[in-house]
Amino acid sequence: MIKRIIIISLILNVLLYAETKSENIQENKKENIYEHNCIPCHRYLPSSLGDMYMRYLKTFSGEITLKAALKAFLKEPLEQTSVMSDLFIDRFSVKDKTLLNDKQLDEAINIYWDLYNVRNKLK
Amino acid sequence: MLALKNKDINLLRSSEKSSLLRFLALYTVLATMILLLLGIFYYKSQEELMFSNERIKLSNYANEQVKELKLLHHYFPSRTEYPRSYNFDSAIYDIERVKIFSTLKNSEVNFDKEIYRSGDKIHFVKYLDDYYLGAKYLFLEVDEDNDWYAKTITNIIILGILTLIIMAIFGLFFVHILLRPMKNSIMLLDNFIKDTTHELNTPISAILANVEMMDTDVMVEKNKKKLHRINIAAKTVSHLYQDLTFLTLNHNQQSKDEWIDLKKLFEDRVEYFTILAGSKKVTFYLDLNYSAIYMDIVKMTRVIDNLISNAIKYNKRLGAITIILRKEYFIIRDSGIGIEASKVSAIFERYSRFNNSEGGFGIGLNIVKSIIDEYGLKISVESVLGEGTDIRVEFLKASLGNGD
Ligand code: HEC
Repeated sequence: MIKRIIIISLILNVLLYAETKSENIQENKKENIYEHNCIPCHRYLPSSLGDMYMRYLKTFSGEITLKAALKAFLKEPLEQTSVMSDLFIDRFSVKDKTLLNDKQLDEAINIYWDLYNVRNKLK
Repeated sequence: MLALKNKDINLLRSSEKSSLLRFLALYTVLATMILLLLGIFYYKSQEELMFSNERIKLSNYANEQVKELKLLHHYFPSRTEYPRSYNFDSAIYDIERVKIFSTLKNSEVNFDKEIYRSGDKIHFVKYLDDYYLGAKYLFLEVDEDNDWYAKTITNIIILGILTLIIMAIFGLFFVHILLRPMKNSIMLLDNFIKDTTHELNTPISAILANVEMMDTDVMVEKNKKKLHRINIAAKTVSHLYQDLTFLTLNHNQQSKDEWIDLKKLFEDRVEYFTILAGSKKVTFYLDLNYSAIYMDIVKMTRVIDNLISNAIKYNKRLGAITIILRKEYFIIRDSGIGIEASKVSAIFERYSRFNNSEGGFGIGLNIVKSIIDEYGLKISVESVLGEGTDIRVEFLKASLGNGD
């Protein structure tokens, strides 16, 4: 009997935990599309999103320019428009088209920009 | 020599003077404009020179700074300290001309000029090929080196004054050339008059002396009248003769100044002119107080004679001449034709006459004016057309007698 109770409570616990976790994830998804969409896939790439940001900055300079270029790239990634080295592309190939819609994409890019913006970090 | 020069200038009439002045004004304006232009050119070229010197220095600094930015970009964000130098301040702007970071003292930047002045600083812009940290524009700022400025300004001033002097010499030369024909024609006329005058002296003196000597008592009334007319005519010619001699001979001689009893002189001159005035039935009214002046009597006589003779000449028949003498001034008032207000200023010019109906060379008032100017007196003319003219001469305080 006790064994059963323990098993049932364990199962309940696990279920409860899973539910809260899935809620959490859902909240995060609502809150931060960038963390939800971009980070998990990029986690396994050897070049960090920060490094990629710096590469982007080096090529596009201004905020509007950079955001527009990135948006275009994420929607239609091409080897020619990628800022990554040929070596990198050879190994990881060009990414897939984003599944996000325009609004989500803008939001994600804005978060990305703000996260790595050099302006407020320079001293 | 100097006196002669003065005479040359006196020879100019005011219309000639004004055209001369206009020429001089034009010349000065042109000269200063050319100088100004040259000055600006010189200044700009010096500035350009300074800029090109600064440019070399600054572009070296800029290359250093770019290297630093590249490093920082590479290590970002583990290193975040913006590269600074003792030699300059700097700022970076992105492609959209939005500021990324700046240590500039003068934050006003110009994206379209490579090197320019911003306040008391010099800014230099470098366009980056790789936008390290997003920077497309790198601005460098250094203090302006003011040495060149002081040097340039002193150079401009010295050279400007030198050229001005040279231009002035040229100007004088031009004026000389410009005036030569005018002077020549006036000189010709003067010489002619001088020569003529010379020949007039003896006959006039002879006529006048003989008229005086004639015994009128034994004369028929008809002849008396004729003699009277001869006298008037001879005096008129004599008066003209004296003006001319004064103009051509006396004028440049040294004055013999002495105390003149003006009341006596006026009475004397009025008596002399009575016969002449009588021919036009003009009456004199005298209101003379005592006054004395320290002056050459020949010259004062010329002044009075000319004014009275004009007052007679331009009077109407049965007119009046009032002479008022006070300690500090005298007025000669006639009841004549008057002068148009616009012509008042011109009456003192040589060879000008109020109107052409009366004869004369138009030298009388010119003589008056030159004497008046020589002694620093003041002459003023008030005239109402058709009613008469007031000529007022004021004496200089210093040349006045004490009244005793
Ligand atoms: C499906 C996986 C995946 C997702 C999701 C993803 N990325 Fe990527 N991303 C990649 C891969 C793989 C590359 C490297 C290949 C390439 O450059 O195309 C890459 C490259 C990039 C680069 C370099 C661009 C370039 O020019 O090469 C940027 C920036 C970037 N991702 C940003 C984002 C952002 C922002 C998001 C979220 C909106 C995102 N990624 C979502 C896989 C992903």
